[in-house]
Amino acid sequence: MTAASDVILATEGVGKNFGGFQALRDVSVEFRRGKLTAIIGPNGAGKSTYFNVLSGAFPPSTGRILFEGRDLSRARPHSFARAGIAKSFQITNVFPELTAQENVRVAIQAVHRRFELFRHRRAFPELYDEADRLLASVGLGDRRLRRARELAHGEQRSLEVAMALACRPKLLLLDEPTAGMSPEETREMMGLIERLAAERTVILVEHKMKLVMGLCQRLIVLHHGELLAEGTPDDIRANDEVRRVYLGQGAH
Amino acid sequence: MTVLDPPQSTARRWLGHVARHRVAATLGFLVLFPLIVPYEALAANILVLGLYALGFNLLFGYTGLLSFGHAAFLGSGAYGCGIALVHFGVGWFGAILIGTALATLVAAVIGFLAIRTRGIYFAMVTLALSMCVYYAFYQMEPLTGGENGLRGVNLQTIGVFGFQLSFLNPTVKYYVLLAFVGVAIWLFSRLLASPFGAVLEAVRENENRARACGYDVAATKLVAFVISGAFCGLAGALNALHLSIVPIETLHYTTSGQVVMMALLGGMGTFFGPFVGAATFLLLQDVLSVLTQHWQLYVGIVFILFVLFFPRGIWGSLLDRFGPR
Repeated sequence: MTAASDVILATEGVGKNFGGFQALRDVSVEFRRGKLTAIIGPNGAGKSTYFNVLSGAFPPSTGRILFEGRDLSRARPHSFARAGIAKSFQITNVFPELTAQENVRVAIQAVHRRFELFRHRRAFPELYDEADRLLASVGLGDRRLRRARELAHGEQRSLEVAMALACRPKLLLLDEPTAGMSPEETREMMGLIERLAAERTVILVEHKMKLVMGLCQRLIVLHHGELLAEGTPDDIRANDEVRRVYLGQGAH
Repeated sequence: MTVLDPPQSTARRWLGHVARHRVAATLGFLVLFPLIVPYEALAANILVLGLYALGFNLLFGYTGLLSFGHAAFLGSGAYGCGIALVHFGVGWFGAILIGTALATLVAAVIGFLAIRTRGIYFAMVTLALSMCVYYAFYQMEPLTGGENGLRGVNLQTIGVFGFQLSFLNPTVKYYVLLAFVGVAIWLFSRLLASPFGAVLEAVRENENRARACGYDVAATKLVAFVISGAFCGLAGALNALHLSIVPIETLHYTTSGQVVMMALLGGMGTFFGPFVGAATFLLLQDVLSVLTQHWQLYVGIVFILFVLFFPRGIWGSLLDRFGPR
């Protein structure tokens, strides 16, 4: 048994139906504070659905989501961000016509200046400074005045991470952060994730099992919408069922 | 960082100044505007409908919501002002405030219902609700004059700080209207530059991302909708004083369509575009309606050509071509 304060996020019997299709069934997991946890599974395992439930994009059909003991099952999507859960999307999701700096600045502003109508945004220079600092930390310091749509794919993914960090999240959710990246970009992104995970709790969804084995401390394996296994990378490597699922898929 | 500016063309530098001092530039232009327009009543038309397009553009160009019901706000503003003046003997300044307040209220109700929908459904819901407003005013004949419109919004003189100005003098009228439009333009610019203006752009660019950042997208849209309605309501109130009558057509959906055309002609999402669009539309109407009774056909052709070949509108294309980078 882990102490309650060790658990930052928990799902209790979470299920999700789309019409008649049950994408998730009775998933109960406790995510530990300060750990890097990866959610893995073959295609169609329900990883993305689970991610969307965790990040507040879809409410669960059944079960509960508890963040630091608070029930967020029925909360609206933006409340998740305000509670301290930030996410980056699988498909790059930035504000394309705004500069990289403004992308991050708007994300920082969400924390405390949501409905400030009558002062100039330049009246809050600390937001610009923080945006520049965050951009530098993800390696985009010299690209800050470029429009987001002019950035390379890998740079846009890094920009997303900077935006996710902008609200100083307690929990960072990353959906396939290396999707569509070149091997070199993938290496850089993995390095970045490792640095981020040193300072906060990170949960990431990944399709490529090899990639996360050496990186994360906990693994959650989903299969056909159900929890198949949970444990350290060594536990998972030794798990026969996991091996069968992955090898079974690889045999085709 | 040492970034060397590339050599700039005169046009680019000039437009750069205009963009940086957009309020001063717009006001300066509007002060001189009557001198270059055939007659002052047309200048006043462009001024008032330019404000209408400006308010519409807050929603369309800056928040990314296409409403087909903005006639409801122009109309409520006009009727609110006119009814206060004609039936209740309220002073001209109070009447303008009442008109604007009524439009804001109508915008709050319509906005509350409409922001639950998106895209084409949003356009349809705003259209349907604005037609409800049309019929409501149409039916309240004792108050609104029904299909004849509200007549008798006559303002002979207005008192400003103890001075009596003749509102019948078209030059005086233009500059009185400009005083209101000028304040509105200044407020509008402040709003766009504010942190809230940044949220509007974020919602336009990517709703999901804005939500993931922690912004309440629905609340943001509603606030934008209400503010947009308030600007259009002020335009309506000024229009009532300018025309001395509120035609029932002010509330008709064709008036909603007109503002979409103006915004697209001028350049959606640009500060000065709505005024350029209003000027282009009304000048075309003015010139063509003398030559042919099928003037709308030609305005339509111009509009289609613009949408096909200059989707950023007149001002937007100029900024793209010569504007600051």
